[in-house]
Amino acid sequence: MNDAWWTVVLVGAATVVLKGAGPVLLGGRPLPERLGRVIGLLAPALLAALVAINTFGDGQSLVLDERALGVGAAVVAIWFDAPPLVVVVVAAAVTAVARALL
Amino acid sequence: MDEPGGSYTFAHGARKVAPYSIAVFGFGVSFGVLAAPSMGRVAPIVMSVTTFAGSAQFAAASILGDGGTVAAAVIAAVLLNARYGPIGVSVAPSLTGPWWSRLLRAQLVVDETWALSGDGRGGHDAKIIVGAGVVLYSAWVLGTTIGVLFGDLIGDPTRLGLDAAFPALFLALLVPNLDRPHAKTAAILGAAIALALTPIAPLGVPIIAASLACLVGWRRA
Repeated sequence: MNDAWWTVVLVGAATVVLKGAGPVLLGGRPLPERLGRVIGLLAPALLAALVAINTFGDGQSLVLDERALGVGAAVVAIWFDAPPLVVVVVAAAVTAVARALL
Repeated sequence: MDEPGGSYTFAHGARKVAPYSIAVFGFGVSFGVLAAPSMGRVAPIVMSVTTFAGSAQFAAASILGDGGTVAAAVIAAVLLNARYGPIGVSVAPSLTGPWWSRLLRAQLVVDETWALSGDGRGGHDAKIIVGAGVVLYSAWVLGTTIGVLFGDLIGDPTRLGLDAAFPALFLALLVPNLDRPHAKTAAILGAAIALALTPIAPLGVPIIAASLACLVGWRRA
């Protein structure tokens, strides 16, 4: 097996375990009250981190580039209650145009 | 996030995820384009079928493409997917039935299906996870296949601004999750932790560290 296939097998196996551990070990039972409250805040914390890193991150460095303009446009679109697909398309389009012009 | 206590069907999940699945199809295409030169034609498609975790796959493929080792690619992917540990705990109460069925349905949990299946109070709906997951998974695998096959014609996906579509999609998923007590604090803290650690920690570590921001919910609202 070459490097690509070893990566596919190992990443695949690790992902199955990471995704499955919680549901297999704890499935179907309510979480203790306090843990439930903490875990309920995982969505805003993780999604905000993903927004930040995918906007300003470039590998290990932080950069300000055309993506920030696109995400800024997405904020405006969300402000005007645009549907998700419009938000995503606006961000991509603004970034593409900025990249072509700047 | 819609009617509280409503009983959802698979179709609800499929409908909710439809607009996102078009974007994810695009990400799948760009993954195929990116991965094919270093991984060949079949391995990227098999990876999308067996892994179904976009950011980890992108990281692994780009590390291999830059001449990195298998160990580096796998470690980066595992760190990027480490968030599925706590995410798995958060969906566990909603997944009932035999262990193999829970394991199988857990594989359909990705950022998008997880966010869309949330009720805004920490609970998740298993039907939404499955309905949305099947649609999104199909879009991801199909997109990858098209990217691998037609990469020569498509060219560089960043030209189309697809790299900015990623954070915009997460932003659209984030906003409905901000209403709960402490949610805005958790979001700001999560973003701050992630940005602060990006220059100093390996890829993926900033994301998993950001999940600690949910500890602001430890004290009663």
